Amino acid sequence: MSKGDIFMVVSSPILSGIIWLVLLVFVMYFARSLAHLAIRSFCRVIHNAMRLSARAVMRAETRLNNRNREVLLAQGKEAAERIIEREFDRIDATVRRDLAEYPTLHRQLSEEITVIDDDYKNSTEVPPDPPGWVKAVDAVAKIPGKDPMVASILEDIHASMIKANTQAIEEYRKSSHKRHEHLKHMMPHWRKLRSVLGQVDKSVNSLLTRSQAIDRHMEEYEGIVKQTDKAVRMLSSSSLTQFFIAAFVLAVAVGGALINFNLIARPMSEMVGGTSRIMGIPINQIAAMVIILVELAMGLFLMETLRITRLFPVIGALNDKTRIRLVWTFFSILLFLAFVEAGLAFMRDLLMQDDVRTTASLLGGQGAAAAKNPNQWITTAAQMGMGFVLPFALMFVAIPLETFVHSLRTVLGVVGVSLLRVCAWLLRLIGNIVRFMSNALIQLYDLIIFAPLWIERAIRGKQADKKDSTDTASVYLEGKKI
Amino acid sequence: MKKICLVLLLTLVGLSGCSKFSSQYNQGVYMLVDTSGTYTKELSQAKKIINFILAKLNPGDTFAVAQVNTGSFTQKDIIDKRTFDDRPSMANDQKREFSKVVDKFIKKVRPSAYTDITGGLLQAIEFLNEANTNRKIILIFSDLKEDLRPGYVRNIPLKLKGFEVIAVNVTKLHSDNVDPREYMKRLSDWKRKVVKGGGSWRVINDMQHLDPIFQ
Repeated sequence: MSKGDIFMVVSSPILSGIIWLVLLVFVMYFARSLAHLAIRSFCRVIHNAMRLSARAVMRAETRLNNRNREVLLAQGKEAAERIIEREFDRIDATVRRDLAEYPTLHRQLSEEITVIDDDYKNSTEVPPDPPGWVKAVDAVAKIPGKDPMVASILEDIHASMIKANTQAIEEYRKSSHKRHEHLKHMMPHWRKLRSVLGQVDKSVNSLLTRSQAIDRHMEEYEGIVKQTDKAVRMLSSSSLTQFFIAAFVLAVAVGGALINFNLIARPMSEMVGGTSRIMGIPINQIAAMVIILVELAMGLFLMETLRITRLFPVIGALNDKTRIRLVWTFFSILLFLAFVEAGLAFMRDLLMQDDVRTTASLLGGQGAAAAKNPNQWITTAAQMGMGFVLPFALMFVAIPLETFVHSLRTVLGVVGVSLLRVCAWLLRLIGNIVRFMSNALIQLYDLIIFAPLWIERAIRGKQADKKDSTDTASVYLEGKKI
Repeated sequence: MKKICLVLLLTLVGLSGCSKFSSQYNQGVYMLVDTSGTYTKELSQAKKIINFILAKLNPGDTFAVAQVNTGSFTQKDIIDKRTFDDRPSMANDQKREFSKVVDKFIKKVRPSAYTDITGGLLQAIEFLNEANTNRKIILIFSDLKEDLRPGYVRNIPLKLKGFEVIAVNVTKLHSDNVDPREYMKRLSDWKRKVVKGGGSWRVINDMQHLDPIFQ
């Protein structure tokens, strides 16, 4: 007897099916009110659970959003402080460089002005005094009569006056020449004065420009401190931009690292062998990767000790003496590794040539020609150069890496908030679907038991008609009695 | 400090546990060269194949060339065998030396009266199993016509599980031209023997395109 035979009420499977269906319909009909209640309760439970879950998710989203805001503002505050600090450093440098010399400039200006003043005084024109005995000419001229002696005296006076006049003109010219000389002497002092004033103007303008920049940064900083929405939006947008730029630069750096890897992986097999493997990766490739990673680490530390990046607070907190020592240590290791890479690149070229020679000796033909390439030195030099330069180029990965790490927090926060919002929306949607589905399920339930329901309605309809007619008759009779 | 040393030690032990020996990634090739009768004329072709294989093998791989003569189940018939060094430069030197040894052999080889291919195969299986290489290839450079000396027992089942047996340059004999069914029967007999032993069977007769050997 199979499992299916249990359901066989009669020998015909169709008839058995119909019997079971009728039974099921009747059972469902009798359990209708309870089933409706169960469906409603079940859907309500799910709806409430979804609603509560959505609310919890939204609370989590709010918390994450607030946390993101805090982190963003903290990062922005730190960045703004760094910028303002740098601007003040620049102002300090400008003041030290230019305005520290201001007393000297002032002294120079005073000296120049004194010299110019002296020259000016010396260049003033003093009108020559008229000769005193000119009045004597008037007196002689007033002598009455036409005495020839008077004429003779006047002629003598005239001659004397002409002579005196010539001398006076000569002296006047000499003095004018001296004044001109003084004025000429003033010119370089004027020019120097102008130059000194120009320097002062430049320094002051530079300070003004810096102060304007500081004003702008201070305004941003105030916005961040006040935690305004505008500041948050600005920081978020800036963070996303920085994330994508840093990711792009890092992708370029990864390309450089891959080239570097290919350059040294093969020659490393000459040192560590190329047949042993760790987790399926040849040991020479692992060694090459380790060298590149060590170079990256040294580059990071070097940038850190130079205070270009701030990924490791411990290094940043070191005193200057230790820090400078570390700078030289990291640089020396990096230089050593660069030389190692250049050597490995050279070795790679030698190995390639050896391979070509071996293949040529075994197979003959094209390999022999390739083995005797006269311009081989160009490839060798290029490989060695790349091997030497790439470790230093990879050093600068620290800058985009720092930006990437910092902006990644913001991006992850934004993505997390978005995911939580989508999650909450989905939960609400499912809850509402289930809520409205309860009606649909009830309708479907009633559809399955439509036959008994129809019968029930028909019976009730007849009963109601009968009742109505009875009621009408009794009313009619009562009316008659009245 | 002790804790740091312990962590480092555990890391090293873990990594060494993850590491695998070269034998699990390398390949071993054993080439049987038929030196019986008129087939010695084909030895220049064998030299080509040997050089091709030498050019294709990597550091850490194993290669052996042995001759098939009257009784081939002996190490004395191995012309040269090497496991190439880890270092590429040393491996190249070894390849060149190998090639020279084969050259010398070809110059002084004498044709043998009988052809014991099964004995050679048994020797190849033993050698490659000892070498414990990841991939095991046996090349049979022969017309595949076995001719055993009376008294030699070679009716032995071959244990070729994990082996790739490749017949190269299977020349057609005069009798094959008269009745090609003989040639076909020879090939099918060897195929059946190899497949029955658990190995795979291929035939490469195009000497210009030997790349399929390592496919």
